[in-house]
Amino acid sequence: MIADRLQALGSLVIDSLRRFGQATLFLMRALGGFTDMLRKPHLLVDQLYSVGVLSLAIILMSGLSVGMVLGLQMYNTLVDFGTEDSLGPAVALSLVRELGPVLTALLFAGRAGSALTAEIGLMKATEQLAVLEMMAVDPLRRVIAPRLLAGILSMPLLAAMFSAIAILGSYLVAVQMLGVDEGAFWSQMQAKVDLYEDVYNGIIKSVVFGIVVTWIAVFEGYDATPTTEGVSRATTRTVVYSAFAVLLLDFMLTALMFGD
Amino acid sequence: MWHEDERNPNVTTASNNSDSLVSLRNVHFSIASRRIIDGMDIEIPRGGVTTIMGPSGTGKTTLLRLIGRQWVPDSGQVIVDGVDINRIGRDELYALRKRMGMMFQTGALFTHMSVFDNVAFPLREHTHLPERLIRHQVLMKLQAVGLRGARDLMPSELSGGMARRVALARAIALDPMMVMYDEPFTGQDPITVGVIMQLIRMLNDSLGLTSIIVSHDVAEVSAISDKLYLVAGGKVIDAGTPAHMQHSDSEWVQQFMNARPDGPVPFHYPARDYAEDLLEVAT
Repeated sequence: MIADRLQALGSLVIDSLRRFGQATLFLMRALGGFTDMLRKPHLLVDQLYSVGVLSLAIILMSGLSVGMVLGLQMYNTLVDFGTEDSLGPAVALSLVRELGPVLTALLFAGRAGSALTAEIGLMKATEQLAVLEMMAVDPLRRVIAPRLLAGILSMPLLAAMFSAIAILGSYLVAVQMLGVDEGAFWSQMQAKVDLYEDVYNGIIKSVVFGIVVTWIAVFEGYDATPTTEGVSRATTRTVVYSAFAVLLLDFMLTALMFGD
Repeated sequence: MWHEDERNPNVTTASNNSDSLVSLRNVHFSIASRRIIDGMDIEIPRGGVTTIMGPSGTGKTTLLRLIGRQWVPDSGQVIVDGVDINRIGRDELYALRKRMGMMFQTGALFTHMSVFDNVAFPLREHTHLPERLIRHQVLMKLQAVGLRGARDLMPSELSGGMARRVALARAIALDPMMVMYDEPFTGQDPITVGVIMQLIRMLNDSLGLTSIIVSHDVAEVSAISDKLYLVAGGKVIDAGTPAHMQHSDSEWVQQFMNARPDGPVPFHYPARDYAEDLLEVAT
């Protein structure tokens, strides 16, 4: 009984390591296709539109909502201590350090990541990837590389827009509706938010999340069982694995960047 | 790469001038411990139409995937135009694939591209032709399959037969030496079947191709093929001209060619004794 369980556990670990190895080799080969985008920039532009521009609506709407809620909740807490003038930097630091990169990555996984997995999985199921191979066109360079690069470039831009619109949302609630002093809101934010420590670290986080989420999405699509159920499962795995990876990496990166 | 005065180690004793364009020699192939191909020897003559027939699930499509090296056999050799396809590097493989066309069972058209762009795709990827010449090439290929007027349609607007004809135009876009057809007649109406039959034979003869068809449509392939192979149980059962196959003594061949429901390929899936099975349910 115990031996069986140990055997099952060992098998699970070996399978996981094997799959991680396959995903790493897959990533290396896809990275080799980035140079093709210099000759065929339209491949990247198409994917930037599909992955980045089409994600804007959900990112901006979510950012505005999160910013407004943050402004309201922080005001209710800070006003008890008479420190509502600190609301600006509190909101900005929360957003650029943590909430911006993390929430954008989670939303990006749900919108663009799942779409990438489904698209690539369906291309596999309908033999479009196989026909590329038979036409002497490497699918990793022609299909995967542009999507991977578009995801990596889009994530930090989307995270920056999320944080910007969220700060605007908190301004609308705190200053325009609840009466926090406008000068204090902006000047304290400018004084307390450090470009290197806060903004740059936030950008680094969003770049890392962009790489990981897009990598998971394109690999799951490419590795999907080429059936309706297989593509469905792969799409679900993309969202679940991405969420786990983003939250785990966020803790690790935060410890590295801001831990003493 | 090698110099002309050096012997390419991947070129086998079957030289490029051999009568066979494709040879499979003692090929074995398994998927997840299930033996799909169990020691097959197949010779595809140059310039002809050769059909590989067999019951569903006997590894016919697998053979095409092995010839294109989408899959690699467990053992044995796959020789294409004198080259052991499993002993060459990626660049050489891709150079060889540019000379191989393949029409997939579903057509496998790129769904985000128009008919024109689907056919133009291999030309844009592999040639430096100006767009004006690419347009000429594409229109010629579409004219050959009778779909020049459908060039602006999207794949979702095509019938199954039209999609396969577009896929055929795309497969011959680079003027390959051979074209492989995976179940080209399956699920098509009689008119479309007739059109595809005529196209395969006509293109083979007029373009000097070698055609390999995988199918189980006996009447259709017998009408257009120069050579037939019957495969079952992972092995070649018989091979020869359509006339030879019609008069073969083999029970396998007779069952398949005459569409008999029972024979060496049994009607019943293997099961325990019928009476025992019923009694167990009754008790």
